[in-house]
Amino acid sequence: MAKLPVDVPELVKQFGPTLNRVPAGGWLASEEEDKMVKTHCCFCGQQCGIQLRVRDNKVVGWEPWEDFPFNFGKLCPKGVKRYMQDEHPDRLKRPLQRVAGKGFEPVSWDVALSRVVSEIYRIQQTYGNDAFALLTGASLTNEKAYLMGKFARVALRTANIDYNGRLCMVSAGAASKKVFGIDRSANPWSDIPKAKVILVAGANIAECAPITTDYLWQARENGGKLIILDPRLTPIARNADLYIPVRPGGDIGVFNGMLHVMIEHGWIDRDFIGQHTTGFEQLAESVREYTPEYSARIAGVPAEMIVRAAEMWGPAPTSFLLHARGIEHHSKGVENCVAAINLVVASGRIGREGCGYAMITGQGNGQGGREQGQKCDQLPGNRDITNPEHRKYIAGVWGVPEESIPGKGLSAVPLVEAIHEGKIKGLISICFNPMVSLPDANFTRAALEKLEFYVNIDFFLSEAARYADIVLPGSLMEEDEGTTTNVEGRVIRHRKVLSPPGEAREDWKIICDIAKGLGQDEKFNYGSPRDIFEELRIASKGGVSDYYGITWDRIEKEYGIFWPCPEVGHPGTPRLYEGGKFGHPDGKAHFTPVAWRPSAEMPDEDYPTILTTGRVVSHFLSGTQTRRIGGLVDQYPQPMCEMHPRLAEKLGVQDGDYVKVESRRGQVVVHAQIVKTIRPDTVFIPYHWPLDRSANNMTIRAIDPVSNIPEFKICAVRVSKAEEPTDAIAQLEVQAGGVR
Amino acid sequence: MSARAFYIDYSRCIGCESCVQACAECDTHRGVSMIHLETIQRRESVQTAPQVCMHCEDPICARVCPADAIKKTPDGVVQSSLKPRCIGCSNCVLSCPFGVPKYQAEIDQMMKCDMCYDRTSVDKKPMCATVCPSGALTYATGEEIQRSRRGIAINSWKFGKEEVRTKVFVIVPRAVERVHVDLVQISDTPAALPADPYDVALMLGGVE
Repeated sequence: MAKLPVDVPELVKQFGPTLNRVPAGGWLASEEEDKMVKTHCCFCGQQCGIQLRVRDNKVVGWEPWEDFPFNFGKLCPKGVKRYMQDEHPDRLKRPLQRVAGKGFEPVSWDVALSRVVSEIYRIQQTYGNDAFALLTGASLTNEKAYLMGKFARVALRTANIDYNGRLCMVSAGAASKKVFGIDRSANPWSDIPKAKVILVAGANIAECAPITTDYLWQARENGGKLIILDPRLTPIARNADLYIPVRPGGDIGVFNGMLHVMIEHGWIDRDFIGQHTTGFEQLAESVREYTPEYSARIAGVPAEMIVRAAEMWGPAPTSFLLHARGIEHHSKGVENCVAAINLVVASGRIGREGCGYAMITGQGNGQGGREQGQKCDQLPGNRDITNPEHRKYIAGVWGVPEESIPGKGLSAVPLVEAIHEGKIKGLISICFNPMVSLPDANFTRAALEKLEFYVNIDFFLSEAARYADIVLPGSLMEEDEGTTTNVEGRVIRHRKVLSPPGEAREDWKIICDIAKGLGQDEKFNYGSPRDIFEELRIASKGGVSDYYGITWDRIEKEYGIFWPCPEVGHPGTPRLYEGGKFGHPDGKAHFTPVAWRPSAEMPDEDYPTILTTGRVVSHFLSGTQTRRIGGLVDQYPQPMCEMHPRLAEKLGVQDGDYVKVESRRGQVVVHAQIVKTIRPDTVFIPYHWPLDRSANNMTIRAIDPVSNIPEFKICAVRVSKAEEPTDAIAQLEVQAGGVR
Repeated sequence: MSARAFYIDYSRCIGCESCVQACAECDTHRGVSMIHLETIQRRESVQTAPQVCMHCEDPICARVCPADAIKKTPDGVVQSSLKPRCIGCSNCVLSCPFGVPKYQAEIDQMMKCDMCYDRTSVDKKPMCATVCPSGALTYATGEEIQRSRRGIAINSWKFGKEEVRTKVFVIVPRAVERVHVDLVQISDTPAALPADPYDVALMLGGVE
């Protein structure tokens, strides 16, 4: 019974989130360090280089790492304060078991692990193998991501494993695969400043990928023009040459409208299209009706803006497209991305210096985490679990019969729905806080309450871990070693900086221990993450994301290596598609026509306003980490509802008033922040907070049919002035879900 | 002395507060930041502006200090107040045209940005100018700035009638020679003000 053992305020009292503001040993203790370790930030897919200062096996501070050729010492506030989660009072240091009426009590590893193993056996024997599921994370290292996929298929023999990259990169990945045949940003970031026009679609770069800002500004210094597509005028939009305040869900209007104008004016590369692509005629036919006026009605912006965008993008000598969750978090997320990418391919400006495109991965290992086989339909090397050849190869690597590898399982949202329906009875989750990050939070809670047995592996007791029967204390990034793959496709190395505290263990050891309990000693007999990486190299060999030529030593010497890197002597591949050679078997890019369709829930009389959600610069994802760091919480303490003065006036709301925001699924009460920098038909609430402050109380459980990404970026709400809430949850500290 | 200088480009700032967070990390500040990040008017726009000490050639803060507690190093860095001398009178706080010095009541002393003297004096970059993700704060040579920026770097200011030259440069459009800051009676000059350049509703022009 995975219900809360005691009420939320009691759990918060025991496990936080509380705030850490001072480094281990106090400020002066960090004057001299025993060692300085070059590693990377754990927050976001850019994976900036940083040096951590260590004394007495404690991280006491940091220094910029100016040589690392991505961020050159630059850091956002999350990177600056990241080390404050070391030596944190909330840190889990012993295995815990749920005791109804009391909370959680420490137990030994033996007791915890044997309970986990016996419950896995019981559930799988009673209900079948697939009744036990895994939810994993895209902030895990490549080694751990690989291990999780193998653990599911070899030890648990369940089809049902999926990861929280499902909430992040899957629309971009699916679109890239469809058009280009490869799921990766096509260019290194060093190409961005060389582009004469840059289109940023649905990416709040200043807050979600701050380091990329300098690359944009460099392009502008070089005379490049900037086009920004966003319902909110974000800090980078302030400097845009053209800012298009598109209506949430209206992006295809802009993209197809631009292509319509480009074709009309001949601003396309006919030679490139003829030699290197398929499907252009159908595409051209499909955008014929997308006149600027028709497109503008879809996009909710003046037609001149679309024409202007085409005038800027169409004839440019070099260009770069960047897109992120703003166009991807939709029930038509893949179509949105395809429509954007079509603009790149039609221009022929790809696979050259200063010409290309990138999707901005959000999570720590957003790129690598989606390649190693922890997705429900995937095997290592970005292989397809339904492809007999792929299955056979991986079965050989793992030393198991091909038929023993389960088939395609459920993706994250349907997986949670299957828990709600009672089809899945047991769950292990790691690096995933579905109580905050999944849409329709009330549904997620009801689902977790139905589990017969839930194991949560984490370093803090997240909002989801509160529903666990067993909590296993895992490791922070700096407490283990391994590799990640950054936003550019560059494989980099995280160093072990210190050991996990108390009885906490490295995540990979915990997984191997459970596998051994299930009688799989032989298949999970690794001595270190490097052993896992060596197996991953072989497993990825010949796959799309081929890591075979990458070794830990090379990564260190070469400041990271871009995949594919099929041989040890291979230099890696910073820029894909050079010479117009694409990833499909025919070597061509495949144009795919898309037509606009409405979002799953459009505003109506009862719920007349659009809610869109996103992030703020000082918090990361579900906030499990950043809501525990004083400086980051001070910077943005609690969610606010951004709205335009015109909407505020209609609602009779003043800046700072409490407002209730409600959808058909749930509500929050938060402060209003009145700004002219948002469309009057749309409100924005960041999603990093739990409980009655969770933007995901309102969001809809609609998913893209191909990528299965949830539609976080649009649902219908009504907003009204509210009284100050005074209930027990509202009384909590802001980082725990309270309101001030 | 370093060949590098400190440059501020307000147009690049994205308001991320990396500078504020990183400044507070300094051991000598013990969690207190010496840089100010001003959010101009959030209702109207997303414009923000970082403000470090400009290190005036003839620092007004030092001139008005009755206790002679504010000293300039030979290489032109204006230091925080000297603890034994500072009487906490806040003359410096009131007089600085850039609003930089702050009186810290807990320690009864004025503290301000010293351009990370512990770092810059050994030719390391100041912390804020190292981490700044947008390049709004940069520590570089004049040649590097010329090569990488469209604007020009100036260090000449006029506040009303008071002329000030600073060690820190700001990057401005090419035509500008001096930053002139003056009091303007807004009600007298409505026509001179741009009409809400960041109001999304106006951009949409009735299309929604």
